[in-house]
Amino acid sequence: MAANLIPHLPALQVIIPLVAAPLCLLAGRTGFAWVIAFIASVAATITAAALAYLTYHDGTISYHMGGWAPPWGIEYVVDTANAFILLLVSSIATMVLIYSPASVAKEIRPGRGHLYYCMYILCLTGLLGIAITGDAFNVFVFLEVSSLSSYALIAMGGQRKALTAAFQYLVMGTIGATFFLIGVGLLYMMTGTLNMADLAKRIPEIQDSRPVLAAFAFITVGLALKAALFPLHLWLPNAYAYAPSGVSAFMAATATKVSLYVLLRFTFTIFGAEFAFGNLPLSWVLLVPAVIAMFAGSFSAMFQRDIKRMLAYSSVAQIGYITLAISLGTNAGVMAALVHIFNHGLMKAALFCAMGCIFYRIGSTRIDQMAGLGRQMPWTFAAIVAGGLSLLGVPLTAGFISKWYLVQAAMQSGLWILVVLIAVSSMLALVYVWRLVEALYFKEPNPGRETVAEAPMSMLVPTLLLAGANIYFGIDTRVPVAMAENAANLLMQGLGQ
Amino acid sequence: MLQAILDHYNYWIAILLMMIGLYTVVARGNLVKKLVGLNIFQTSVFLLYITMGKVTGGTAPILDDRFTVYSNPLPHVLILTAIVVGVATTALGLALVVRIRESYGTIEEDELDLLDGET
Repeated sequence: MAANLIPHLPALQVIIPLVAAPLCLLAGRTGFAWVIAFIASVAATITAAALAYLTYHDGTISYHMGGWAPPWGIEYVVDTANAFILLLVSSIATMVLIYSPASVAKEIRPGRGHLYYCMYILCLTGLLGIAITGDAFNVFVFLEVSSLSSYALIAMGGQRKALTAAFQYLVMGTIGATFFLIGVGLLYMMTGTLNMADLAKRIPEIQDSRPVLAAFAFITVGLALKAALFPLHLWLPNAYAYAPSGVSAFMAATATKVSLYVLLRFTFTIFGAEFAFGNLPLSWVLLVPAVIAMFAGSFSAMFQRDIKRMLAYSSVAQIGYITLAISLGTNAGVMAALVHIFNHGLMKAALFCAMGCIFYRIGSTRIDQMAGLGRQMPWTFAAIVAGGLSLLGVPLTAGFISKWYLVQAAMQSGLWILVVLIAVSSMLALVYVWRLVEALYFKEPNPGRETVAEAPMSMLVPTLLLAGANIYFGIDTRVPVAMAENAANLLMQGLGQ
Repeated sequence: MLQAILDHYNYWIAILLMMIGLYTVVARGNLVKKLVGLNIFQTSVFLLYITMGKVTGGTAPILDDRFTVYSNPLPHVLILTAIVVGVATTALGLALVVRIRESYGTIEEDELDLLDGET
């Protein structure tokens, strides 16, 4: 039985959560829907782990959807690069699902819980689909599946600002996705194919034609919008700040990362590094906004009174680091980007989960409400400290590994000034992380606020596991580094070779 | 110059609609008008796809010995999917507008910013 399923793992990766979504809707009851979503999410994680193992040891897997051979049919291609992303997305989704029941009971209107899980698992489907597909148009379809469900999820946030945040994200997200669609259309016009491997073969012959150049520009801008690269990040702070806690944690850890993966895939596999960085100035186009993002994001984070909003601005800065690594256009840069995609996912999932724990107890994530809370909720506080240290890049945390590879990649390219900028902007992170720690631990509790207990176990355990992962992957770096190294080599080589 | 426009009139129309749509999204403060702009923007891309599938002198792609030249059906199929996505986006956008109107009492962006304290 299991042996028969192995060849179909790439299809199952997407189909299991896709089928689970309508089942959650039909379940009608929150608890029942959660069980369905959880089973699907665990199954997706196991599938992703199996795919990661298979691709790492046996090389790229190509799956022909419905038995139609590419380039006519839709092909799913799994190599180490997207297996890495699949594993990150599905395991974070599972962790956050364990965390969700208590937070959903608190934050989502009664009777709406099953809709929440339906949208959540649909969003997971979209993100997994984007990562696994080898067809350019299919990317657009899954991009919209994940986007539409995330607009609905954000709008489920308790405050009315969640509605305007969701609307703003809907408008900007649709523009981004449509830009991507224009780019894919132009490529199809010039090459007559949508298969990524086929595109990669045909583009070099016509790479100087204007539609191909325009296509590259549209795709890059569209994906930069979805990935919230400065100055296209305006939708992100409100969306993450007002979404329900579980959604913030899941999306902050995965959604923008998947868009960055698609950017890597298109830049390196389809257009080729030589085209993007040799013929075109992609390096500068990404480098300048990335550096501004690192500083502007951190500066804005310092002055936020709502900690979820602060973390969202910090994400803008962290996306800056990832884009900076991509903009180097070297093997070491791509590897640093992939490592940071993984590690930043862990940090932000842990921190947003911890904020959810605090919100569960005090009904707010404003810093002035949190004074002295660290002594009343010691475990949540421990998770925040671990996540915060990782965000700073302190040795023995996952963040340090990211910074290490990032600095190495910058030095390899001879860009010493970037090393300085990375160090200085990390200091800015110290300011806002310290502000949070100070409020939580060193300030006296506000008079009048009741003493609160620790968050429920079902929320605390996944939060601590995610925080622990930040420490674990800071010490034992074998798995992410080996995967990222392998993936970077594959991406630099190009597809189908 | 005129000939260049006439030869590629389909692209010019698509670009014109694209710009009208994008401008409406940016310039209009009313959320429903923004959605209308977004729709025009998306539709222009649909047109771009559909026109690229046209083969001069070709018929509809019907499997019959009498027809040898026919238009490329693939862009049509792709756009069918994109239209569904567009309808879903519009529906979700309008649903959000209804909820915004219910909780804020307005759908004008400047008034919403005032109510949110984000001016």
